[in-house]
Amino acid sequence: MINGTVVALSRWQFAMTALYHFLFVPLTLGMTFLLAAMETVYVTTGKQIYRDMAQFWGKLFLINFALGVSTGLTMEFEFGTNWSFYSGFVGDIFGAPLAIEGLMAFFMESTFVGLMAFGWQRLTKVQHLIVTYLVALGSNLSALWILVANGFMQDPQGAKFNPLTMRMELHDFPALLFSPDAQDKFVHTSIAGYVTASVFVLGVSAYYMLHQRHMALAKRSFRMAALFGVLATAGVITLGDALGFVGGHAQPSKLAAMEAMWHTEAPPASFNVAAIPSQREQRNLWTLQIPCVLTPLITHTMTQTVPGVDTLEAQAVQRIKNGIPAVEALKELSGNPNDAQAMAQFDAHQADLGYGFLVQRYAPNQDVALATSGDIAKAARDVIPQVAPIFWSFRVMVAMGLLMLAFFIAAVIFTLRNDAEKHRWLLKLALWMIPVPFVACEMGWLVAELGRQPWTVYQMLPTWMAASSHSVGYMVFSLAGFLLLYSIFIAVEMYLMVKFIRLGPSAHGSESPTRGGGSAGTYAPAAMLK
Amino acid sequence: MEAYVILKSLWWLLLGVLLMGLAIMVGMDMGVGTLLRFVGRTDTERRVALNTIGPHWDGNQVWFILGGGAIFAAFPLIYATAFSGLYVVMLLLLWTMIVRPLGFEYRSKLPGTGWRNAWDWMLFLSGFLPMVIYGAAIGNMLDGVPFHFDWDMNSHYTGSFITLFNPFAVVTGLVSLSLSIYMGGAMLMGRTEGAVYQRARKAVIGGGLIGAALFALAGIWVSFLPGYQLVAAPDPGAAQTPLQQTVTVASGAWLHNFGAHPALWLVPVLGFAGMLLGTLAAGNHKPILTWWLGALAWIGVIGTAGAAMFPFMMPSSSDPSQSLTVWNSVSSEHTLAWMTGWTAVFVPLVLWYTSWAFYVMRGKVKSETIEADEHAY
Ligand code: HDD
Ligand code: HEM
Ligand code: HEM
Repeated sequence: MINGTVVALSRWQFAMTALYHFLFVPLTLGMTFLLAAMETVYVTTGKQIYRDMAQFWGKLFLINFALGVSTGLTMEFEFGTNWSFYSGFVGDIFGAPLAIEGLMAFFMESTFVGLMAFGWQRLTKVQHLIVTYLVALGSNLSALWILVANGFMQDPQGAKFNPLTMRMELHDFPALLFSPDAQDKFVHTSIAGYVTASVFVLGVSAYYMLHQRHMALAKRSFRMAALFGVLATAGVITLGDALGFVGGHAQPSKLAAMEAMWHTEAPPASFNVAAIPSQREQRNLWTLQIPCVLTPLITHTMTQTVPGVDTLEAQAVQRIKNGIPAVEALKELSGNPNDAQAMAQFDAHQADLGYGFLVQRYAPNQDVALATSGDIAKAARDVIPQVAPIFWSFRVMVAMGLLMLAFFIAAVIFTLRNDAEKHRWLLKLALWMIPVPFVACEMGWLVAELGRQPWTVYQMLPTWMAASSHSVGYMVFSLAGFLLLYSIFIAVEMYLMVKFIRLGPSAHGSESPTRGGGSAGTYAPAAMLK
Repeated sequence: MEAYVILKSLWWLLLGVLLMGLAIMVGMDMGVGTLLRFVGRTDTERRVALNTIGPHWDGNQVWFILGGGAIFAAFPLIYATAFSGLYVVMLLLLWTMIVRPLGFEYRSKLPGTGWRNAWDWMLFLSGFLPMVIYGAAIGNMLDGVPFHFDWDMNSHYTGSFITLFNPFAVVTGLVSLSLSIYMGGAMLMGRTEGAVYQRARKAVIGGGLIGAALFALAGIWVSFLPGYQLVAAPDPGAAQTPLQQTVTVASGAWLHNFGAHPALWLVPVLGFAGMLLGTLAAGNHKPILTWWLGALAWIGVIGTAGAAMFPFMMPSSSDPSQSLTVWNSVSSEHTLAWMTGWTAVFVPLVLWYTSWAFYVMRGKVKSETIEADEHAY
């Protein structure tokens, strides 16, 4: 039978490895575009300094990129190794975007990243520029396809359950690709990457400006990052609102958790700015509210009702009752696919199959036919995810977004007045801002993924049955292995990153550009930067 | 034949092509990793060896990623059952593989000998071990894996992790390792000169000859191994699960396909021819020919395993009737049709720009350039 500890450990492992992967992803997504922008200026104006910029930031980018690739490898196989029931259940539809991601995006990104690093001497200026753009395009396409896959788990569009193969199957590819949730996620997440890269470039440039080093390079990088960053931050906030709007309709239980809404209020409902939610008592122990704001924020109207936890649980009870016959019929069909009566029963109840699975966890011997009303009530309580972490992660992300917007506006004003380096507080603040976008990104994923619970595929497949049937020992072994390896990795990466930032661009200048060797690009002589 | 049967068979073939692409391209890079410490005696020589594949390893590695993605999309039950069943082995594969990108990128960033030696050994491990596991996994498929399903298709693996390293699997693992050393050596021959070239050439000859001998041994072994046969099953074109068929096990049954279609013997012959002629080509200082003959050898070797097993993909040794075949582990017709479209557009494109990348970086990697350039790997 399914072991709860194994499921919990599998969740920890996935969350840990995914959050870790996403430490490197945003920088890749944004840096590739910044590099392309710097190189574009170089190619169009012929100014050497922009080439130096592209090469210096490119070096830092590659240190980060290597870990993005490593940790991505883990993710690609983790569905099969640790979520094997899930993989069989949705592979038909979920595997497709993953495979297309490899075919269309990873090949492009990875093949051209090699040429980007090693091709400075071998390609013409324009060819090299095109290569850089292809790396940027490739990494952003990879974000598109993986978020289509993730969007499917959040709001399963374009799929149909086939009782003959016992799995969800692709029914409508365009619906899968153009699912509003997936599309909004894609734009919000990739722009979050641009924000991250802007803050990073800005922070490192500010460090040089504080120490009066590499001023030509630092000031130009600062200005580009500030302009790119202010636009990106405005974009991420706009799209965050769209995401709340779309997600709120597709996943009311996530929304209720994000807003700590235990009770359905008559519209227009009030908005909790801050609260101490208690899952056990199903209420907020303390709140700070603004009246009438929630309804327009979520529905963009004044009259629609936003369902709270109480309403959602009551709906779940009905759907569980309707789902039980679906699971029973499916069991019959597994033994005898030609059983017409079971097929008819399945068809009548299949809309709530997932809810039937939800109660299977609590039913005696995991036989849904024996489920009591007590079991159903327990399962219905499960449909509400953990409110407190979701509520607070969401608020931290939004606060960081607003903080970065304010910061970028200031940075743009000073850099356009050309006196950013005179304001040491700004430069110091820029350094302190570096971790902020990373925290916002991690918080965003916590909202998205914790808010999806108890489902792995929303309303179709509960998390409790999605994991592989491993022993606890295996899970402890793998989790320990990842912890050890990933801790070493981050230490090495941070060490190299800090070291190469400290050394600065001039350390990368070789004395004379070498030609023709089958090796890496050379970097501009130090003298040119002064 | 119905469209669905054609699509199922096509995807079986495409999966084969992918496994071959993976073996050829990633195997080559891993061969370079395995050989790194041995073809390069000085730091400069090692850097020369690394920089032969420096611009390409990342692109090549996508064959491995796509291998995972394509199995997921086209054979979801195989992805689910194999990767969870082979858990500890998969972890060893992943843990060694994820060190590799860092090995390439970070090794030459710092000058210390200790630092560089440590990364060299990481690159050795992450070339050597994954290739053994890759071959051993194919060997385990031929041997059968102990697993079964619940009514809802949840899979359970009932073996231990040691069973995955049974003697037959070790032999197939070594075949794979030999071929990867061969391919790594061939690449090094093409891109280096002098001492590194000479040592790489020896590695190619050794890899080719040992690989051929082990491949022959595995072939003889297979004729005594229990093979699986489908006796009753739903129509190949029907949507089905592995719960609806009957399978028997008989010693030597893996040779039945060859008996029924003698032309299939050409596939293992291709494997031998590739390795042996390739060894000759290396002896005659023809690196490019050596490389291509090695690629043919891989096609022959993987093709042989596929031809022997068809339509089986992952037989169950503990409950043979629940074995996974092409017909019952494959995706829906709709998914296969879409995936065929994407593949038809993007695989030629990928092959085109990959060739261009190799063309741009063509020629020998020279030690002078590397020593003068602190930014090479
Ligand atoms: C929004 C973007 C995004 C998200 C949510 C994910 N990734 Fe990722 N991934 C990227 C964006 C990205 C990237 C920007 O393309 C990376 C990051 C750094 C890099 O080198 O490429 C990458 C690298 C990367 C690689 C290595 C590719 C290569 O060699 O070029 C693999 C196999 C994966 N990822 C797989 C996954 C899987 C299976 C995920 C789901 C759990 C996942 N990624 C989440
Ligand atoms: C890289 C960005 C991602 C991050 C940071 C992230 C974060 C998380 C977190 C925090 C969890 C744990 C939730 C829990 O406690 O159960 C989780 C679970 C999970 N996520 Fe994500 N996720 C990411 C991307 C994805 C993507 C793109 C997919 C699918 C394509 C995905 C699929 C899953 C699965 C299968 C689980 C485990 C099952 C579950 O707990 O529901 N994740 N992820
Ligand atoms: C300030 C306003 C913001 C709003 C209103 C907002 C809104 C949201 C919402 C509603 C989600 C959950 C998506 C879901 O339901 O699955 C989300 C996820 C996420 N957010 Fe934000 N966000 C904001 C700012 C930011 C910032 C500044 C960043 C990073 C720089 C960021 C990065 C992310 C990421 C990486 C995710 C997870 C991926 C996804 O679900 O799209 N967000 N955001």
